[in-house]
Amino acid sequence: MSTGNAYEALNDAAGDARWAYGTGFADPLAGVDTRLPDGVDGADLGAYCLMLGDDALVMSHRLQEWVTRAPELEEEVALANVALDLLGQARLLLARAGQADGSGRGEDDLAFHREPHEFRGVLLAEAENGDFAHTMARLLVFSTWRLALLDRLRASRDPVLAAVAGKGVNEVAYHRDYAAGWVVRLGDGTALSRERMAAGLAAVWPLTGELFAAHEVETRLVAAGVAVDPAGLREEFGAVLRQVLAAATLDAPPLPVPGAAAGRSGEHTGALRDLLAELQGVARGLPEATW
Amino acid sequence: MTGTPQGDTLPLERDFEATIGHDQRIEPRDWMPDGYRRTMVRQIAQHAHSEIIGMQPEGEWITRAPSLRRKAILLAKVQDEAGHGLYLYSAAETLGADRGELTEMLIEGRQKYSSIFNYPTLSFADVGVIGWLVDGAAICNQVPLCRSSYGPYARAMIRICKEESFHQRQGFELLLTMMRGTPAQREMVQDAVNRWWWPSLMMFGPPDDASPNTERSMAWKIKRHTNDELRQRFVDITVPQAEVLGVTLPDPDLRWNAERGHHDFGPIDWSELKRVISGDGPCNAARMARRRSAHEDGAWVREAAAAHAARKTGREVAA
Repeated sequence: MSTGNAYEALNDAAGDARWAYGTGFADPLAGVDTRLPDGVDGADLGAYCLMLGDDALVMSHRLQEWVTRAPELEEEVALANVALDLLGQARLLLARAGQADGSGRGEDDLAFHREPHEFRGVLLAEAENGDFAHTMARLLVFSTWRLALLDRLRASRDPVLAAVAGKGVNEVAYHRDYAAGWVVRLGDGTALSRERMAAGLAAVWPLTGELFAAHEVETRLVAAGVAVDPAGLREEFGAVLRQVLAAATLDAPPLPVPGAAAGRSGEHTGALRDLLAELQGVARGLPEATW
Repeated sequence: MTGTPQGDTLPLERDFEATIGHDQRIEPRDWMPDGYRRTMVRQIAQHAHSEIIGMQPEGEWITRAPSLRRKAILLAKVQDEAGHGLYLYSAAETLGADRGELTEMLIEGRQKYSSIFNYPTLSFADVGVIGWLVDGAAICNQVPLCRSSYGPYARAMIRICKEESFHQRQGFELLLTMMRGTPAQREMVQDAVNRWWWPSLMMFGPPDDASPNTERSMAWKIKRHTNDELRQRFVDITVPQAEVLGVTLPDPDLRWNAERGHHDFGPIDWSELKRVISGDGPCNAARMARRRSAHEDGAWVREAAAAHAARKTGREVAA
């Protein structure tokens, strides 16, 4: 591209084709068979896609809240990057949800026009950020769990989930590395950072039990070869956390006891209600608008 | 001062002038007059600060964006601005400046950033108008800087201009979509254009007869066109784009002048620019407060990272 006429170039081309953005990226679903696999219940598959999509959408939102507030410019770039990856995963998963459940709802219908109790994400993602240590503790826990999940989901009988997982594994591996790096630096940093890192972990830990509890939809889809059994992620999760926390010279809490699948059942905290009020406000204020 | 070369700097100064005269680049290890170095550090730092402060007005809309596609576009854009800030601070560091010190200068109010970011973003249409007009004006200012005489800055500007031009098209596309939407959306766009048009024209700086540094910056080829030349160019390019969009630029005196081959436009309220630059714009205090609190709230994180790195180096040396 010539840099000499970057601004004038706006007037160059005729027609709307010039406004197609994002086409420079590979379509992660190119060549993927989007029909429902045999013997899989569409409503269940849709619900499962919402679970994984809502986790990503809500976690991305919390990271977006850090923009212009990060402790260093490199962290601005990195946090936005993680938020963008998760937003990308959410869009694919929500689109698949509306396709699989037969409702024909698109990604925006699902993101902007559901009530809090219709969201299926885990409570870990919706909790407020706290300080940077708290945010890194949550991101480490979230991405360690999600990486273990996506790694197994690559073998899903649903080709769309398998493709989304294949793309997501590389992304979330970076998210986990990034968070682990900060947990180590803060744990093994100054007395103050160590105290805050330990407090962040302590705040996040009670929310980890839910990550290993299976909702009935997940149980049925595990049997159908579509979903990943969350209980099977617990050992890997524990091993990674022990390794990172040892490097951070912090005590590893005992492995979480599987709790109730609250978020997966639509039971949320006020934190999600407030988050959705912000996320959905503009879109709901002008329901007839096109963006 | 650079105008009075003494003793053995005379041949160096001649080499410097010859390099500039041949339209070649000055590189970090080349000798340069102190005034050139100071001017470049100030200009690059102000540009870097503008990128970082400029994340705020649009950043407020990331979590509120009304579609996931718009959210992704906006998040990526604001991330690019952080990246631009990083390259520019790095370019300033090639001149011996220190990013930490430049950041201190910003948050203590000793260095400036573009006054355009002291205006509020009142609706999602502002995101589009900032892309179209503010990024458009920035591109008009910055494209000639790709030929700036200081090599690292010129090279940084090439990449930045490419990304800015992408942002500008995205802003324009958002406005085009909104103008084809509901009457309420069209009103939002027109309202945003009304608010951002004059501040965008002020982005080119004071008129030439009130711009004391222009002459020297042009002699050093740091700057390639005067403020008024660039402003005229921006107006001429923007008018047909406004017609494509179907918005009215809020200037009753704006009309084509066949004799000049340019658009005439109405008088700019320079007292407003002065007021905003001197700290009395609608959002100066809020922008600075946010930047300051991010920096101060993050101090313990940066200290921890430094302590960890020092300890790790110590352990590696011991092992």
